[in-house]
Amino acid sequence: MSRRVVVVGAGFHGCSAALRLSNQGYEVTVIDKAYAGRHASGVNAGGVRRLGRHPAEIPLAIAAWERWQNMTSIVGDDCGFRPVGQIKVAENDNDMAILNERERQVQNLGFHHEKIINRDELHKRLPALAGHCPGGLACDGDGFANPYRTVTAWRREAERQGACFREGIEITDIEPKGNGWRLSGGEEHFDADLLVNCAGAWAGELCKWLGEPVPLTAEAPMLMITERLSPFLGTVVGATSRPLSFKQFENGTVLIGGGVRGVVDSVRHVAETRLDGLAENADTVASLFPFMKEARIMRTWAGVEAVMQDHIPVIGLSSQHDNVIHAFGFSAHGYQLGPITGEIVADLAMEREPKLPITPFSIQRFQTPCPE
Amino acid sequence: MITHDLVILGTGPAGMAAATTALEYGITPVVIDEQPAAGGQIYRALESTPVRDRRILGEDYWSGESLIKGLKEPQIDYRPATTVWQLTRQREIGLLHDDKAEMICARHVILATGAMERPMPIPGWTLPGVMTAGSGQILLKSAGAVPQAPVVLAGCGPLLLLLATQYLRAGVKIAAILDTTPRNRYRAALKHIPGALRNASTLLKGVGLLRELRRAGVRHIKGVSALRAEGSGQLERVLWKQQGDDNWQTLETPTLLLHQGVIPNTQITRAVDCHHEWDEQQLSWRPRLNEWLSTDISGIAVAGDGGGIVGAKAAAMQGQLAGLGAALALGKLTLANSTELAQPIRKALARDTAIRPFLDVLYRPAKQWRLPDDDTLACRCEEVTGGEIRRMAEMGCRGPNQTKSFTRCGMGPCQGRMCGITVSELLADANQQSVEETGYYRLRPPFKPITLGQLAKAAEEG
Repeated sequence: MSRRVVVVGAGFHGCSAALRLSNQGYEVTVIDKAYAGRHASGVNAGGVRRLGRHPAEIPLAIAAWERWQNMTSIVGDDCGFRPVGQIKVAENDNDMAILNERERQVQNLGFHHEKIINRDELHKRLPALAGHCPGGLACDGDGFANPYRTVTAWRREAERQGACFREGIEITDIEPKGNGWRLSGGEEHFDADLLVNCAGAWAGELCKWLGEPVPLTAEAPMLMITERLSPFLGTVVGATSRPLSFKQFENGTVLIGGGVRGVVDSVRHVAETRLDGLAENADTVASLFPFMKEARIMRTWAGVEAVMQDHIPVIGLSSQHDNVIHAFGFSAHGYQLGPITGEIVADLAMEREPKLPITPFSIQRFQTPCPE
Repeated sequence: MITHDLVILGTGPAGMAAATTALEYGITPVVIDEQPAAGGQIYRALESTPVRDRRILGEDYWSGESLIKGLKEPQIDYRPATTVWQLTRQREIGLLHDDKAEMICARHVILATGAMERPMPIPGWTLPGVMTAGSGQILLKSAGAVPQAPVVLAGCGPLLLLLATQYLRAGVKIAAILDTTPRNRYRAALKHIPGALRNASTLLKGVGLLRELRRAGVRHIKGVSALRAEGSGQLERVLWKQQGDDNWQTLETPTLLLHQGVIPNTQITRAVDCHHEWDEQQLSWRPRLNEWLSTDISGIAVAGDGGGIVGAKAAAMQGQLAGLGAALALGKLTLANSTELAQPIRKALARDTAIRPFLDVLYRPAKQWRLPDDDTLACRCEEVTGGEIRRMAEMGCRGPNQTKSFTRCGMGPCQGRMCGITVSELLADANQQSVEETGYYRLRPPFKPITLGQLAKAAEEG
């Protein structure tokens, strides 16, 4: 029986896989080229969101949301989760039509977590919002949490369950060995019966080595945070047709993000901010919350994210090897899904049918069938 | 975006000398400085200081006049009162002046951003009435103002003694100097005296300051090994212990000036992620520089204390070197020419900095002045104590970017400038690893806060 597992990548998904596999008695080693939560998992905007999910992701997001409610019982820490709700704001009638259509679509799929709110309700919930916004789409119970704290809590719980974390080791070679794999990094070798690819922006490289290339690009969503402001915003706010996600923390600072991209420096393995993109973000914020024009920015940053061509992740068994599981490419919205990734990976490792529908996330979708 | 040949950040001795040197070789530099007047900290407010009695601030201060005059050359595009909030590895520079943000680009950049005082996080260091010797001196230079007397000065280093004599000459009552130089340090420093004699004039100046203080009968308490500031809501008294004596001694005072030497201000070199190394002799970080003072990033050089503490005179010499380096990089000088021109400067520089090993050993700050105890704040902006940082180490945080996420330490308005070195050293100590391994904060633009409105506009016009 395959007992030794190597998880490549100590982001949230890697830690989640490590925890659930350790729970099942696997001997788990997690290897990271930097440290746990160094990139996307540790520096993202922290949105815990079912709102606006790709239809295929909705069942996963709802299952994950249930885990977020019970975070403390899973990892001994609430990970800073605050279920303050999320609202997507319409800036004009066209946006409003898009949101109405979205609500209908989600309800047709049998889900009822996304609800249209009218102008009065919107401005009641967001008193500081500019007057021209005609309505919004709300998802109560969504919210935000603290990313790095989350990764650390999951990592520590995985360690308590027996997982071993090896940081600062970059895997440079993978070769088959017996019925499993031998991974090499620096002077060290790691033997595994089962390999789990949670390498995020670096997962594509692994796939190439494994003979199943995927259309993955490393992108750098940018974020900025303001000085402390008096409380004016309880809910996480997004825009409908411009990239924006906007939230105020308990300490008063306001986090602004939502998808505007910086630049990935692939040599130094870091993401850098791009001024014009940040300015575009600043402009959107100022048009929705005019008083924010005077707010001072304290910091800007960007994280490295794996984005798939079709913007949904790869979760599932390898198409080439029966001892490889993939969970990567969450395309800048994987944070909320972290808690269920491990459960799915554990099901796959134990050759059980996953409780959640994961067919749309198969790596096979990128492989054109051979002509007959 | 306009591209300039050379942009120099800072108008201390290094920045001013770099500007005039570059101009000599046909480069018209843009010189940016945050202060309204040139001079850096060392020659701060030289043209406007109300302290007109030249004896008080001393001849070294007034020697800055010629450099400042050089900067006034009309071909130099000198921009005072301008804040730099961004520098990228592609040498794009974000500026803020009069509420207006703009971006410029440079083929070559010389960072002459100087030094900052090493934080001295003793119990009570955040009480009103406790300040740094450096800020005390800035008050004196720029406004002729002195804090409420009698003052107590505590710590070690040349600046502390200099400020004491400047106060003395200005007639400020000094209750005591609490000298933290460990007693055995004098002996350890002794072996560096022969080297230091190559710069005998500086050495003699130091001796002169000490003599002046002694003659005036200033109470100079040596071998201070523990120190705390106390008071309810503001400083009322200073308590200290002397080596070999377990009793606390007390002095009532409204003002305590702390100093534990200066360290390179690496805020900008860190933000562009130059390669840095930990200097064990100076107990501080500094960017790694080549013989033309260039960093590992193409077209970005560092002159003066920002690249390692050398003092004002040597900083000006490094400014000249960096100016020649810029001329070389921009094709205004051949390698042979610049090498030849640099030779006498390098010689003078070696002579002037020959005193550093002596000073570094003598005034090396002991651990208790660098590592705050569990109840004392390390990060003033976000109010994080030494104890909290140690707890983070116990939780498994190996470096300061991890503690940041839990405690917000280093995420306040000063962007970690004040606590960065303290947190790196605390974590290194708690994890029993080297400071080099522990690393430093990843710094993020803007270096100085700008508003969303200013940012939006800067991009529009860029």
